[in-house]
Order: sequence, then C-alpha cells, then structure tokens
Amino acid sequence: MQPHPRLALHGITKRYPAVLANDHVDLRVGAGEIHALLGENGAGKSTLMKIVYGVTQPDAGRIEWEGRPVTIRSPAEARQLGIGMVFQHFSLFETLTVAENISLALDSREPPAQLASRIREVSESYGLPIDPLRLVHSMSVGERQRVEIVRCLLQSPQLLIMDEPTSVLTPQAVRMLFDTLRRLASQNVSILYISHKLDEVRELCDTATVLRGGRVSGTATPRAESNESLARMMVGGDLRECHLTPREAGETRLELRGLTLASTDPFGTSLHSIDLNVRAGEIVGIAGVSGNGQSELLAAISGERRVGNAASVSICGSASGTLDAAQRRRLGLSFVPEERLGRGAVPEMSLADNALLTAHSAGLVRNGLVRSDAAREFARSTITAFDVKAGSELSPANSLSGGNLQKFIVGREVRLKPKVMVVSQPTWGVDVGAALRIRQALIDLRDSGAAVLVISEELDELYAICDRLAVLFRGKLSSVHPTSQMPVEKLGSWMAGEFAQ
Amino acid sequence: MNIDTLILIFASTVAAATPLILAALGVLVNERAGVLNLGVEGMMLVGAVTAFGVGVTSGSLFLGYVAAMSAGAAMALLFGLLTLTLQTNQVATGLALALFGVGLSAFVGQPFVGLPIERVPAVPIPLLADIPVLGPALFRYDLLVYLSIALYAAVSWFLYRSAAGLRLRAIGEAPGVAHSLGYPVVRIRYLAVMFGGATSGLAGAYLSTALTPMWVEGMSAGRGWIVLALVVFATWRPLRVLLGAYLFGGVTVLQLHAQGLGVDVPSEFLSMLPYLATIVVLVLICRNPKTILLNQPASLGRSFHPDG
Amino acid sequence: MDGGGIRAVSAMNNWPWRLERRAEPSIAMKFASPLIAAVAMLVTGFILFSALGLSPLSAFRTFFIEPVASTYGFGELLLKSTPLMLCALGLSIGFRANVWNIGAEGQLIVGALAGGAIALFVDGLGGFAIPLMLLAGILGGMAWAAIAAFLRTRFHTSEILVTLMLVYIAQLLLSYFVHGPWRDPAGFNFPQSQSFDENELLPLLAETVRVNIAFLIALALAGVAWFFVSRTFAGYRMRVAGLAPAAAAYAGYGEKRNIWLALLIGGGMAGLAGVSEVAGPIGLLSPDISPGYGFAAIIVAFVGRLHPIGVVLASLLMSLLYLGGEAAQIDLQLPASVTGLFQGVLLFYLLAADLLITYRIRRARPDVVAAEAIKVDNPVNVQT
Repeated sequence: MQPHPRLALHGITKRYPAVLANDHVDLRVGAGEIHALLGENGAGKSTLMKIVYGVTQPDAGRIEWEGRPVTIRSPAEARQLGIGMVFQHFSLFETLTVAENISLALDSREPPAQLASRIREVSESYGLPIDPLRLVHSMSVGERQRVEIVRCLLQSPQLLIMDEPTSVLTPQAVRMLFDTLRRLASQNVSILYISHKLDEVRELCDTATVLRGGRVSGTATPRAESNESLARMMVGGDLRECHLTPREAGETRLELRGLTLASTDPFGTSLHSIDLNVRAGEIVGIAGVSGNGQSELLAAISGERRVGNAASVSICGSASGTLDAAQRRRLGLSFVPEERLGRGAVPEMSLADNALLTAHSAGLVRNGLVRSDAAREFARSTITAFDVKAGSELSPANSLSGGNLQKFIVGREVRLKPKVMVVSQPTWGVDVGAALRIRQALIDLRDSGAAVLVISEELDELYAICDRLAVLFRGKLSSVHPTSQMPVEKLGSWMAGEFAQ
Repeated sequence: MNIDTLILIFASTVAAATPLILAALGVLVNERAGVLNLGVEGMMLVGAVTAFGVGVTSGSLFLGYVAAMSAGAAMALLFGLLTLTLQTNQVATGLALALFGVGLSAFVGQPFVGLPIERVPAVPIPLLADIPVLGPALFRYDLLVYLSIALYAAVSWFLYRSAAGLRLRAIGEAPGVAHSLGYPVVRIRYLAVMFGGATSGLAGAYLSTALTPMWVEGMSAGRGWIVLALVVFATWRPLRVLLGAYLFGGVTVLQLHAQGLGVDVPSEFLSMLPYLATIVVLVLICRNPKTILLNQPASLGRSFHPDG
Repeated sequence: MDGGGIRAVSAMNNWPWRLERRAEPSIAMKFASPLIAAVAMLVTGFILFSALGLSPLSAFRTFFIEPVASTYGFGELLLKSTPLMLCALGLSIGFRANVWNIGAEGQLIVGALAGGAIALFVDGLGGFAIPLMLLAGILGGMAWAAIAAFLRTRFHTSEILVTLMLVYIAQLLLSYFVHGPWRDPAGFNFPQSQSFDENELLPLLAETVRVNIAFLIALALAGVAWFFVSRTFAGYRMRVAGLAPAAAAYAGYGEKRNIWLALLIGGGMAGLAGVSEVAGPIGLLSPDISPGYGFAAIIVAFVGRLHPIGVVLASLLMSLLYLGGEAAQIDLQLPASVTGLFQGVLLFYLLAADLLITYRIRRARPDVVAAEAIKVDNPVNVQT
C-alpha cells in the first residue's frame, strides 16, 4: 500500500483565447494502475496530458508526483520524473532512422552502436521487435507506435501516457497493445490511457476519470459500468444512434476499374489495380489504417489528381480519369475531405466566401461575377439547416469548432444535391452531437438516391452507416461485401492485409 | 593555351566560388533548421561594406572580417526577430531584408566609394606551394579560401555526425514534434539563422576585400540570390554545395576569360551567363518534384509557434 | 536534453509580455498597421537625422514637405507614383495568389525595350504610335514574366529566383541595346537611344508639370484591379489559391492557370510602367531608366495591404520617399540611398505591425488569466 498516488492533479485550469480547455480538473493515478481519461473530442483530454508532460503550462492548479508538489516545465523535466508519453499523432521524424529518433528523445548521450543494441534488447524483451536502423517513413503505423512505446520504455518510466493509441491500429494490433500495457502495469508502471472508446476502456482500465467540456464529470470503475452509463457521464445525456433502413440500390454511379496510380508523395502509397462500384442509394465504406493509400485514392476520385487512363474512374457513366476536380464536380460529384481547415474550407475566409468555394455553380456566380448576396444566403441557410453554431455567415471558418465547421462543409456539399458523394473521415475529431448529425445527413442523402462513399478509420461508424464494406491495404482494395457479412474479426484480419488479392 | 593560363583560370574559379561556398553553407544550415531567409543578398552587401569600412578605417582586415560576420549575424537576428518571434511571413520578410540591406549598405558605404584597400594577402602553404603546377593551383590562396573548405568539412560533420546537428535536422523536419519532445525550437532556429547571417556577411567581406578589393554599391550583383538557388541545386547537401559553387565560379570566370579566348560575343551576353546558369540548374533539379520533396527540409518557410 | 532548454523555456514564461492569438483578425488593425508603420518610419527618420547631426525638423521639411510644396513638385509626386502604382497593382494581385513575382524590375525594363523599339523603328504611326507602344510594353512585360510562369508550371522552378535572375538578364539586355545596336549615332557616344518623337511621347496633364496621362491610366487600372479582386470569380479564385492552395485544388481551381494569370498580370502592368517611363519623363532608352521602381513596388504592394486603393496611397507615400531622397541629396548632402534605407525600414515596421492583426500583446499574469478563466461558463458546447 502506497501512501501517495503516483500522480495527483489538483484544480488544473488551462485557458486558450477561445476555449477553457481545462477547468479545475482533479485526477489521481496510483502505482501500477491503468487509469482511463475518458471524454469526447474537445473535452480537454489532450490539453491535460500536455500539461502533465510539460508541453504546456497550466494557468492554475497543482501537480503532485509521489506526494511531492512539482512544476513540470518541459518534457525533459517530465522524463526526468519518470513520465513517458506516446502521442496520438506520432512524434517521429520521418526522414530519420529509428535509432536517431530515439536518441533525440533520450536525455543522456549514448554512442549510436550501444543505443542500437539496447533498442533491440528492450524491444524484444517486451515482444515489440524493431530494427533500429530502419527509416521511419518506411514503417507502418503499427510499427511506428511500437517505436514510440520502445522509446518510452528505454527510460524505464513510472507513468506512461497513451493518447488515443488504438485509433490507428487494427483490432488484432489492439490486442497486442493491451497485452503489452497489462504487462507493464504488472511491473508497477502506471498507465494513463486517454480514449473516447468505451469498450476498450471497460476492457483494459482499472479506474477512469471522465471529462466533459473541460471539467471532471465523474470518476468510475469502468468494469462496473455499462457503455450507456459511461456515455452519459461523457456526453451528459443518452447516446442516440442513427438507423439505416434496408433499401434496394440503383444503378452504378461511381466506378473504379483497374485504377493504378503512383503516389506523388515520396512517403506515400501507390494504388494497385483498384476495382470498386458504388450504386445510387447505397453507402459503401472503406476501412483501413490510414497511410494505406486513402489519400491517394481520394485524390484520384475527386480529381485533385488526374489519372492517365480516363476509363479507370467513371462518374455517372462518364469516363472521368483525365478530368480535373471542377469538371468532375460538374458531373455531380461532391467531396468532403479529411482536412477541414485549408482544404475543405479556407480558414481566413468567411462562411459566405467558403460557400462560394464549391457551391459557385449553385447560382452564386453570374457572368463571372460573384453574387455576394446569394453566397450569404446560401451560407445562412446551410447554417440553419445543419445546426451550425457560428456567429453569422460572415464569421471566418477558423473561428468555428471542428464539429461545426464539418457540419457546414458537409451541409454545403449535400445541398449541391450530388449524384455521388465522397466523404473522408466524416466525424474525425468531432463531438458526439455533430457526429450524429453528419451521419444522419449522409444516410438521408443515400435515401434520396445518391451514391455515397465513406472512407473512415472508425469501425463503429462504418458499421453504423454502411450498406457494404471493403478494406484498403497497401494500395490494394479488398472485395466489397454487405456489412452484415463482414464480422469485425474478418474486417480486422483484412485490415492487416489478409485478404485474397 | 599554356599551363599558366589554365592555372590562372583555375585559381580565379576558386576565388569566384569562395563567397558562394561561404554563404551557401550558412544558408544551408539555416534552411536545414526550416527557416527560409531570402535576404542573403542584403546580408552579403552589409557584410561587404562593413568589412571594407572597418578594414580601411582600422587597417586590420581581421577586424573587418569579424565586423562583417557580426553585421551579417545582426541582420539575420533582425530577420529572426520578425519571423521567429513575431511570426511574420518568411518570404516577405526575407525580401524586406534584401531590400533593406541594399539600401543600408549603399547608405553607410557612401564615404568609402572609390577608396583603395589592400587585397587580402595570399598565404602559400609551406612546401606544398612549391610543387610545380599543383602548388600554384591549390596551395597559394588567401586564408578565406582555406576557411571555406574547412567550413565545408565542419558543416558536414555537424549535420551528419554530431548530436546537435541531428537536433537541427529534426527541427527542420518537424518543429512541432521537436517541440513536443522538449527542444527549444525557436532558440535553435535563431542560432541557425544567425549562423547563416554570419557566413553571408563573411562572403560579402570576401567580395570587397579579395575578389574585387573596393566598395561599389550593389557589388554582390545577385550573388545572394544565386546562393539561394545553389542550395536548392545542391538538394541541401554540403558536398553538392561545394561542387555547385565551383561550377558557378567556373561559369563566372569563363565569362571573364571568354574574350581572351577569342569568343566574339558582346560582353553583356557573357555577363548573363551566371544568371542563365542559375535558371538552367534550377530547371534541372526541380524538374522532378520528388527530388525536392525528398530533400527539402519539410518545414522550410513555415512559421512555428510553440503554443500551436 | 541539456538544462539550457529548460532555462530557456522558463525564461520565456517569465517574459512579462506575451503574444496571444485573437479569436478573429482585427479589422481595425488591418487598416491601422500601415499607418503605424509609416509613423514608426518617420520617427526613425527623425532619430537618423538627429544622429547625422542635422536639425531633425528642417531635415524633415526638406525631405517630406518641400518636395511637394509647389505645383511642379506635386506633379513630380504623381509622376513618380505612376510606375510604382502600376507595378504594385500587378504584383499585389499575384501576391494575393501566393505567386511571388519579385522581378517586376526586369519586366519593366523589357516593357520599356519593347515600347521603345516601336518608337525607334516603326515610323509614320502618327496618333497610333502611343497606343501601339503601350501595347508593346504590356506584351513585353508579359513575355518576360511568361518565362517564369512557364518554368514554374512546367518544371516547378521557384518563380522568386527565376523572376529575379531575369531582372539581371533584362538589365544586361538593355545595356547591350543602348551601348550597341540602338545607340544614337549622333549622341556623342553616350549609351542612349535617339530621343523619341513628339507623337511617341505621352501627353502631359498640364503645361507646368511633367506628369502625364499614364497617371490617369494607372488610376483607372486601380479601379479595374479593385473590381477584379473584389467582384469577379476569377479574383476570388486567386485569393483562395493564395490563402489555401489545397482548398483551391479541392475546389478544382487550376493551379497552373492561377500562376499564369498572376505572372501575366504582374508582367503586363510592369511592362506598361516601363514604357510609360521611357515614353514619358525620360523620352528615350538609356541604361538607367528605373531607380529600382520594380523592387520598391514590392514594398508598395505590402504597405498597400495588397489592396488596390491601399496601393494607390502607398505609391504616393513611396513616391514622396524618392522625391525626399533627391532633395536630401541636393540640400542635405545625404546619399540618395537614404531612400532605399527608408523603404526597407518601412517594410520591416509594416511586417511587425501586421502581427497586431492576428495577435494581441498582453501582459502574462497567470493569476489574472486564471480569474478570467473561471468566469467563462462551460464554453465547449456539447450537443446531445
């Protein structure tokens, strides 16, 4: 029995100009405990962890480590205390080797050869083998996470912070990660596990602190709770789900035939002979760990990249491979990209100007001149129809929260009445309410007879809204099957590449 | 053509390349840290006028060089203050620095126009300098020429062999990641930018005390811009900077000797050669966008703010 | 890592002032920052004049007031603002689209060469001489900029470096023509062409001044530019390309078209500026037809907020700096390069002042921040 918890936070408060990210947050993690920090997107989990790891400083509150008050002014100080962190978006340098990456995060200088052998030793002893001389950009996402974990383990941490570690893993890789974490906990390492996935938290964690809107909304023993009770703490109400009523699909609207395309990104993934058809009135989902060719596939469909062979992409029956994005839009294609700020919307421009971005064809431009009244009206009605929380149609896009901006972009594209709609990561980083609204909008679009293609990393989402599913792995697409015939185990093994090619 | 002429052409190629090497190696380091400073022309000119002014007034070229490096670094510090601390656009600020440097050097240099200065003396390396042919071709230069080679070795070692160099490269690749690991991104960028400024200042000093020992307004004649192109051409690698600089030096010198060699082309067209060559090499190296993507520091030219 | 990093971090935290991003860019600051920069430049001038042992007040008069105290002087102000305005209008449209044409100086020279060629070698045009020369100037400038556009769109070369290299090449080209084939045989061996004929010169606006109709053309083009930028879809597309290139690609606005358009507009305007100079106050071709107008126009474009109306005002300010520099040379024995110095300083101040548009400076006092924080009640909206 230890007298003090390993880490205790008292009244941590952090304010950014537009939001209060943490509001008097208290949290305790004991030795060898796996503690969940649960909350939906924007609840303040990442900010709190950055404070613990010394990346940012709290405006108020105290941190105690093993019962002693401490000020953690930098990640180096955090590491000296024995805190390690595995970031959600990996903190690795692509053009450097594993060993170089690790040496950058170590506070002691070690000759490269000695470090390399120590990396091999530690990684193998935890069942996470990695080659220290490999360049990071050649590694898969799972392997990169391994590098991050090994990097922490090399410093024998007392507390390991894992920020949404499973969002990029296949279900099988999640199993392996959990084994590793349990093993660490049994060796008295504390783990702070940040997640918004209730099943995982209930399976893995001993205790949980739930954040909502920057405040602690409750603490719990996850195993003793149900998904519903945890969700209520997280969202402050009941989780609603959207429903997909079975429906007969119509004619093929989007067809890919033998689509092969070399990536322009030196670290990207090339597409190999992809076949896919999406029909009117159905939603087809593509699962897969990101980095397996998703961005290349999307660019090839949207027309942001043209394909040499016109016939390999056809939209509503027209061979479109050589058309540019504007021409494909004229055929009835709409597209919601993963990056909202800077791609789906121009950050500094008003919502009215952002309506013009793709909706110019909806009567917002006449004789080459912008009809600003019409653009404002379009933006205003989109804001109303999709419950976008914004000052007005003249507010700049970057003043909106992620969820509200996504609703605006989805709304803009949906209101163009597309024949084919392509959406990438529709609810990534979006709060639960907005996610529900967006999913429903996609289902309504399907029900009105559009062909919808969704690429997502969230398997729950794909199961909730898709009629058929496929998996993308290393630039190759699996066959497409009705959702009911794709159990999660099968999907998982396909995501690891185990499908007939 | 006799051997003496060849040696002369070779030696003047080396001399013409030296300021390019000095400046480009510094610029290389600051670009590897992710900072794009287009103000090299301005820093070179300020370095040139400072070295000349201090050299003439104090009678000590050494003092002149120290002053030129400090002046270049001070200009770079100004750039750093704006781009790194105040987050201004790097392209616009670099342009401003170039224009400012042209104006400032012309303004301060007014009293020095037309004054003579003693050319920096050659320092033959004992014994080696007496070897026939090789001696005069390789071992009878002034100290800055030797220094440029030493700087090449030092920069190569720093970037690829030292822990500090690894950090610098990491910061240029992904400053956000480096920050989350706890590296003082802004401070390291300041140092890198000032290093670029110091070597650009020294490059300028070489122009006004060795290559053409005098002060003339705008005497760098676009070399600062050529240096920037050279770093792209070298795909941000020191050895290629060295080779590229000698190539450019050769083009410049060819233009001077062309008439002697009986080429009957108006001098203006010969003078265009270095600029045309710059465009040609840029086309050659940028033709394949992957070459640039693979080699360019990923964060080059982008602002970084620690609080996101 | 070493302890130095930690010290640096904590030192930064102790700094009493900190930058804080505004929730929305300040529109007031957008207009105020050029004024702040101009005032800061004047203050710097004040200090500089004092440091040089001049009476700051009278130096000030000489520099900024006397040059425009007469009708003639005022005409000179408009005259010198014309090429600056023309170049900067074109550049600002390009800069908005993130196309960094910094070689307006070269395009100006080639425009002058092209227009000059018409004047020198095509006779008997009568009243058509001027329109034809202006057209040739525009096309010349466009052609010079088109080289950069072609290399950028075809080979991905940086337009910054290419347009700049083309400045040096254009200067040498001009030098070749006026020293060689186009030199006036009766010109006592001076490197300059024959003077243009009367019908090849732009009409003056009034008897007593040197400013000509090019100024009115520039003003009219400022109107056109304003209309283009704020009302047309093409102007909107260029703005999108400048602010968010990925969004432009997403919406299907061709990147190449954008680059071509930006460079052709910039080149055409600079070419027009060039021919207006040689068919205006200069009246012939000589090696020094421009005291760096093409470079100063970069500053004009920024100080003018890349907005046509701002550019008109900024070009007048910059023109005053040129006149002041000339006056200072004659009356105060200051080198003419003081103008260049002021130009650079002005741009620095502007860039620094622009910071206030997106950031505010506030005293970092954690206790106050925390107290404010508590007042905000659950600002994160959770929808259920």
